[in-house]
Amino acid sequence: MISARRFTIAFAAMALVAGLAGCGEKEQVVVYQQGKYQGKPDTQPWNDAPAASLYTTSTWTKGDKSSWETALRSRSQNQNEYVRIGDR
Amino acid sequence: MARMKFICDAERCIECNGCVTACKQENEVPWGVNRRRVVTMNDGVPGEKSISVACMHCSDAPCMAVCPVDCFYRTDEGVVLHDKDMCIGCGYCFYACPFGAPQFPQAGAFGMRGKMDKCTFCAGGPEKDNSPEEFAKYGSNRLAQGKLPACAEMCSTKALLGGDGNVIADIFRDRALKRGKGAEVWGWATAYGKPDHPEQQAPKGAKS
Repeated sequence: MISARRFTIAFAAMALVAGLAGCGEKEQVVVYQQGKYQGKPDTQPWNDAPAASLYTTSTWTKGDKSSWETALRSRSQNQNEYVRIGDR
Repeated sequence: MARMKFICDAERCIECNGCVTACKQENEVPWGVNRRRVVTMNDGVPGEKSISVACMHCSDAPCMAVCPVDCFYRTDEGVVLHDKDMCIGCGYCFYACPFGAPQFPQAGAFGMRGKMDKCTFCAGGPEKDNSPEEFAKYGSNRLAQGKLPACAEMCSTKALLGGDGNVIADIFRDRALKRGKGAEVWGWATAYGKPDHPEQQAPKGAKS
């Protein structure tokens, strides 16, 4: 059986923890810095593994920007019919 | 890496609105919002010219400059994107943009203006790439799939070119040099290619 004294101490400790929890509240309002992007950071497309998405068609090395650029550059040539169909 | 850009070849655009449809379908853009549209000058007059217009992902974007909450950012590839969680729907970017790219969904009885929506160059937004959250807010992230914007890839006449500015500028330059200018642009040979056997003549008297 818990004594009244122990119960009081436990209750006080719980009240203290609950009270302090309020002090840990995170800032909910953005602190603006004039002229700087305030939103969430974005990820770079080349940092995804090529097979990360179901619809990926090109291949590149994860994290290698130049290989991703090369993949896109070769895909861009699909828009050039002189390359796609051939020069007539 | 050069900057990601669009070029629309007015000599080739046939106002089919395929780019508009591709964009709507790819990104599941809601009713009343058109990230891309085709503008025709001298409509109905011989020699009319059409051009497909969307966000041009300006190097010095006025929308970025006027945004009061600074929700715009430019990626390493030069694509101008924004964080919809920050946007307050004030509409300043719409007034600043010379292309009318920022769009605002209308909702409610009083047509309240929602958060701004615009062309993302099919690069999604500041959420995990190709996640359901990214798709719901910004649409498809084709760049993270190693693809180019759906509008440019779907263009039937390849009037709309999208991709690395240097690459598409080379494609356009090569094309313009080959086809010539003025009256040389028009004609059978331009449309269907030069005959394989020019010496071969059509039989006389036969029906065409």
